[in-house]
Amino acid sequence: MNDLSPMAFWVTSSLKILVVFSALLAVVAFMTLVERRISAFIQDRRGPNRVGPFGILQPVADGIKNILKEETMPATANRTFFVLAPALAIVPAVITIAVVPFAAPLVTPWGTVGMIIADIPIGILYILALASLGVYGLFLAGWASNNKYAFLGGVRSASQMVSYEVALGLSIIPVLMLTGNVTLTEMVWQQQQMGFWFVFPLSLAFGLFVISAFAETNRLPFDLPEAESELVTGYHTEYSSMKFSMFFIAEYSHILTAAALMATLFLGGWSIPFWSGDHLFWYEGMLISGFTQAGEPVAADPGWWVTVLTFLSFALKTAFFVLVFMWVRWTLPRFRYDQVMHLGWKVMLPTALGYVMALAATILVLDQIGVEGFLFGAILTAMSALATGIFVFVVDQDRLITGAAVAGTDREVRSPVRKVRRPVLQAGSSGSSGS
Amino acid sequence: MPANNYRVRVAEASDMAATVKVMRRPEPGETSYIRATLKGMALTFKHLVNPDKVTRQYPEEQPDLSPRWRGTHRMEVHADGRPKCVACGLCPTVCPANCIRLVGGEDDQGNRYPIVYEIDEFRCIFCGMCQEVCPVEAIHVGVHFENAEYTRERFVYDLDRLMEQDHPSTLLWDPSDPRSE
Repeated sequence: MNDLSPMAFWVTSSLKILVVFSALLAVVAFMTLVERRISAFIQDRRGPNRVGPFGILQPVADGIKNILKEETMPATANRTFFVLAPALAIVPAVITIAVVPFAAPLVTPWGTVGMIIADIPIGILYILALASLGVYGLFLAGWASNNKYAFLGGVRSASQMVSYEVALGLSIIPVLMLTGNVTLTEMVWQQQQMGFWFVFPLSLAFGLFVISAFAETNRLPFDLPEAESELVTGYHTEYSSMKFSMFFIAEYSHILTAAALMATLFLGGWSIPFWSGDHLFWYEGMLISGFTQAGEPVAADPGWWVTVLTFLSFALKTAFFVLVFMWVRWTLPRFRYDQVMHLGWKVMLPTALGYVMALAATILVLDQIGVEGFLFGAILTAMSALATGIFVFVVDQDRLITGAAVAGTDREVRSPVRKVRRPVLQAGSSGSSGS
Repeated sequence: MPANNYRVRVAEASDMAATVKVMRRPEPGETSYIRATLKGMALTFKHLVNPDKVTRQYPEEQPDLSPRWRGTHRMEVHADGRPKCVACGLCPTVCPANCIRLVGGEDDQGNRYPIVYEIDEFRCIFCGMCQEVCPVEAIHVGVHFENAEYTRERFVYDLDRLMEQDHPSTLLWDPSDPRSE
């Protein structure tokens, strides 16, 4: 019920950092196994299931293998940056999670402990800033390797991150407009108060955010920086052993953070749907569960099990998005580079801009009329559904579903434009005109 | 002009069959991202939950080998434990890979027997001609494939090793019964 004493703050914060950081690394390791299993299932295989029950110890085996592997250092690499790059990639990836609230605040005898490592007032800005820092690691790796494939991978990652950061930022703005703040705890609180997960009133922003997040995490269909069929493995071509693993851990931490962000921004974070017992917010020095009609805060005293339940809710939502990440990866082929840029600049950016404008206008009008509560959310939901419908219609109408085979282009090759010339082996009949 | 009377010719367009499908790459604005993605995800989801997987869980689930599978050799033995081989020398003669080493001997009753009988399973091409040619049905290729060893030397099977093998012998192709009926 009370604020923490400085001593208790230090102790709980250290504990939270320790627990969250170890959990993050454990989950990341586990995700590599899940990814392999899911890819196997999608391809009608079984995947690694030999090390431990259901292959659960496979990440441990992989870790031991990676630690024991030889560290290679290309002779022409820039040694300083070559060693620095994996560290630069992994640090932003693992510390972004610090501002994501993962459960309802826990009331202890020493005070109320927020289930978030750092409830800093800049919340989402911190995430955006650190997520952009991640590109330095990749680009530096590509540059320092002194390898043309690694360099191309680094260049691609830089341009891709820059392109999609714009759409990512613009797709978060609607959330900020509804929340009126940039801290993630307040976003969860606002979704509880509104009675709507933001995925409904902001459906188009959610779609844009998901697509941008895929691009930001360098996952298929946006894995051009790695593009193993063209660039060997892109920026980490020259890396081996634990340095390679660090890029790997960085990639998966990015996925985890992105999934946690999607859950927090659009699926109500740790809130449990259709239940008001988890409406908890740290408001001006006290834990409240809501406001009275007169605007007076109502103090709350939740049990410890609320924290457990809300954490499960958060974990479930995050796991769902992680699975979607993997599901999409094993469904879609890689975009061509021009397609990535086309989608980023000519589709996502104008859509996000237009949507932000339309949404701002709608909110302004609703505020002027004085619409509040459920009706406010319902109108926004309808408006966003309409916007999403228009977007899908414009982007998708009369478009091809099949990839390369374009209907109606079957034609005979007799046309003078396309003369097929290829050597064929033919038996006998020497001296014919073709030779 | 190559000596074998084959020649490399450049095919003209008029040589081609009437319907050659020319694929045109769609421009970026032409393709559907959304419906195609959803369609693909529906397909992969079907496979994700499909319990019918193709992977064989190998050590537990053994493959069904054909009765005509030709694997590593075995030597048939008499009831008293002597090898059936009479050291006639036909198998090293017929062996196309020259992988059988046979030194024959004769005991005091005038029975010929192998003193040294070694098969280098690395050289062997598993053609089964040794089994086909054997007049006393002593040497056989076997229905067996698990042959891992720690050293290369262990792949030269000596007589004792060949006699120890207990996997089934290969059913050779019978010209009078070509379908094994």
